[in-house]
Amino acid sequence: MMNPTTEAELAEAIAAADGPLRVIGGGTRPIGYPAGGQGLSVAGLSGVELYEPGALTIVAKAGTPLAEVEATLAAGGQRLPFEPMDHRALLGTQGEPTIGGVVAANVSGPRRIQAGACRDSLIGVRFVDGRGNAIKSGGRVMKNVTGYDLVKFLAGSYGTLGVLSQVSFKVLPRPDAIAVLRIEGLNDVDAVRALAMGLTSPFEVSGAAHVPAGIDGAPLTMIRIEGFEASVSYRADELEKLLAEFGEITVELDPERAATDWRRVRDVEVFAGAAGDVWRISVKPSDGPRAVAAIGARGVLYDWGGGLIWALVDEGRDIRPALSGIPGHATLVRADEKTCAAIPVFHPEAGPLAAISAGLRRQFDPRGILNPGLMG
Amino acid sequence: MEMPSPNPSVLAKKARIVERLSGVLPPDAVIHDATETRVYECDALTAYKCPPLCAVLPASTEEVAAVLKICHEEGVPVVPRGAGTSLAGGALPTADCVVVGVARLNEVLETDYENRLIRVQSGRTNLSVTGAVEADGFFYAPDPSSQLACAIAGNIGMNSGGAHCLKYGVTTNNLLGVTMVLMDGSVVEIGGGHLDAPGLDLLGLVCGSEGQLGIVTEATLRILRKPEGARPVLIGYDSNEVAGQCVSDIIKAGVLPVAIEFMDRPCIRATEAFAHAGYPDCEALLIVEVEGSDDEIDAQLGVITQIARKHDPVELREAQDADQAARIWLGRKSAFGAMGQINDYMCLDGTIPVSSLPHVLRRIGEMSKDYGLDVGNVFHAGDGNMHPLILFDANKPGDLERCEAFGADILKLCVEVGGCLTGEHGVGIEKRDLMGTQFDPVDLDAQIRIKDVFDPKWLLNPAKVFPLAATESRRAA
Repeated sequence: MMNPTTEAELAEAIAAADGPLRVIGGGTRPIGYPAGGQGLSVAGLSGVELYEPGALTIVAKAGTPLAEVEATLAAGGQRLPFEPMDHRALLGTQGEPTIGGVVAANVSGPRRIQAGACRDSLIGVRFVDGRGNAIKSGGRVMKNVTGYDLVKFLAGSYGTLGVLSQVSFKVLPRPDAIAVLRIEGLNDVDAVRALAMGLTSPFEVSGAAHVPAGIDGAPLTMIRIEGFEASVSYRADELEKLLAEFGEITVELDPERAATDWRRVRDVEVFAGAAGDVWRISVKPSDGPRAVAAIGARGVLYDWGGGLIWALVDEGRDIRPALSGIPGHATLVRADEKTCAAIPVFHPEAGPLAAISAGLRRQFDPRGILNPGLMG
Repeated sequence: MEMPSPNPSVLAKKARIVERLSGVLPPDAVIHDATETRVYECDALTAYKCPPLCAVLPASTEEVAAVLKICHEEGVPVVPRGAGTSLAGGALPTADCVVVGVARLNEVLETDYENRLIRVQSGRTNLSVTGAVEADGFFYAPDPSSQLACAIAGNIGMNSGGAHCLKYGVTTNNLLGVTMVLMDGSVVEIGGGHLDAPGLDLLGLVCGSEGQLGIVTEATLRILRKPEGARPVLIGYDSNEVAGQCVSDIIKAGVLPVAIEFMDRPCIRATEAFAHAGYPDCEALLIVEVEGSDDEIDAQLGVITQIARKHDPVELREAQDADQAARIWLGRKSAFGAMGQINDYMCLDGTIPVSSLPHVLRRIGEMSKDYGLDVGNVFHAGDGNMHPLILFDANKPGDLERCEAFGADILKLCVEVGGCLTGEHGVGIEKRDLMGTQFDPVDLDAQIRIKDVFDPKWLLNPAKVFPLAATESRRAA
């Protein structure tokens, strides 16, 4: 395992590599079958380099533990807007998630529906491409259209275009109060309709999830609002009135319990340790129930108002044929090696786009040494 | 500003190109008469003009594809054009190019409130996207100042922002999908009603690529429910430093205003003389707007005014009703017009870290004296996106050149303090030759290699974004 501690060392390591490299942040979010090649850890590039609360900006080296970034922001009364998921429970991994890993996998959580994904808060990257060049895009200011946006391009590229060395974010204030409206017993169609009603209201919903089989087996639909106290209680009241047709609504105001509820959604805890493959399906929110009916899963969880579906399905089964005709895509997030070798982990792209993606990968990694084969 | 010399072989076959284009478009959609092509000779960067070989106005994705296929076969450069409001010269033609205007692509294709999206043809104007949904209580968030005229295609090309992006983000954060025609005439669909990409984020790459990767003909945009209300407060200070500190303190206090606008004294005086908004004559003026219900607005403005008072403002005016709110915004909204009354102006949009604000304003003031040109500053302070307006006289020999040199110095200063050359207008031709101050050759090379994949012959808007020397070998190929 190579452990560079500076960007220059990282560039040297990649330039000198004579075979495939397996890029690792904290190693908590493996995807696909284990790639071969020499390990290249970014954990040695660590530390928050700049934090300006008055400018809503943080800059950190890619190997900085996510926990350190979050603690730094919490001390300034702020947070990452996109609520990154922790994959450890779902994937049964150990280790320390890094901020670079969050970016490489474009990891977002329930607040994505309101505040955007990781890529939307990301305002700058530095990375080393497959040629060993240290490249920068964006910077530390939140409005920047100078040149092509490689920032978005690198987010979610899983180390196949370059190895991140530094990332910058626009952050947001951490609110004082939270409320969660809980409705029990809704079927999937009504639940997604209720979530849409919340999301199309002016009351700034920051989480909209549906668990068809909650902790006690009963369906649970949850809508979250955050902000300052008077505002949260006003909006909770208004939403209660708005959603009255869906039956009894309880409002959870305890921050600890509310946080636990949303952590369970965010981290898909319901499938932790459960036998079966885990798929992540992205569709138009109103198509959610149709997609779920089509795949016939052992269990599902809806987030993003119905647009993000986590599905637990029988081992080795490809659900994509069942989803044909529903626009969107499915990613095989957890499965054994054999299944990952048999079924493409990332959704196959339409011909011309696949050719463009392959062409772009060749430009950034002409030798094909960065996590080869991981994304196709 | 240097532009590549036109390709004589393309100029020589104008008749043939026009004939082929006329074969795939209705007669009134091919403009090749020397008088009529002058309409397309420039965009809002009017200092540079060049009529194109011809201009076409396709009315469907299929027509755009047919046009690009012909241009690809003939080796003709193509300059895409939205509404022609670019301040950076993004739509400036060359004499050997075909301008592809999207003005006739202006339909709303689908409105879907349940999924909070709208699908439109890309020539539709920014404001008319909101216009299509506002009766039902929705809006499209990015709001560039030119929103009455500018097209969604141009917004996507430049990744346009606006006054309200502190809360709602810029175009790229509100774009869900595109239908795009590549230079060879093939049509690709990227994204759609779902929220994230299946593989590499090509949508993120296309947004802000200044029409160099493809021509977007349709776009799926995120729409939002309108807030219950919005109200501004006006705060005046006797120093830029204090105003800057106030902005920082408001943000640190955990309030997220939907907009924080900043005007300096030259700009306040000009707008006051022009619009009579009743602004105080002070060094720095802030307009801070918050949203929500009446009670929510009161609470947030309560926090903001408390912070503002600690910094000893010369004036603090809360809008009590819609009329007063409109008066507070009046001066800000007429700032560009007011400066334009005084003289010609050049508007820059470099972005800086908010903490550098006082330093940068002081330096701009010093440079203004050195260059002998007046400058007013009006900008989005919450996100550090400056808009220095440099006044010059286009009829006075040498003034434009002096103004450009001054502008370049301001942009270099923005980069020096950790910011960037352009926050929302784009590079175009205007900042093309300054790219080297922000990027190293390897950074630019990585971007150039992206264009190689989408447009291997370098025919799409080829003379923009990158210094000409850096792309010469490719454009010649």
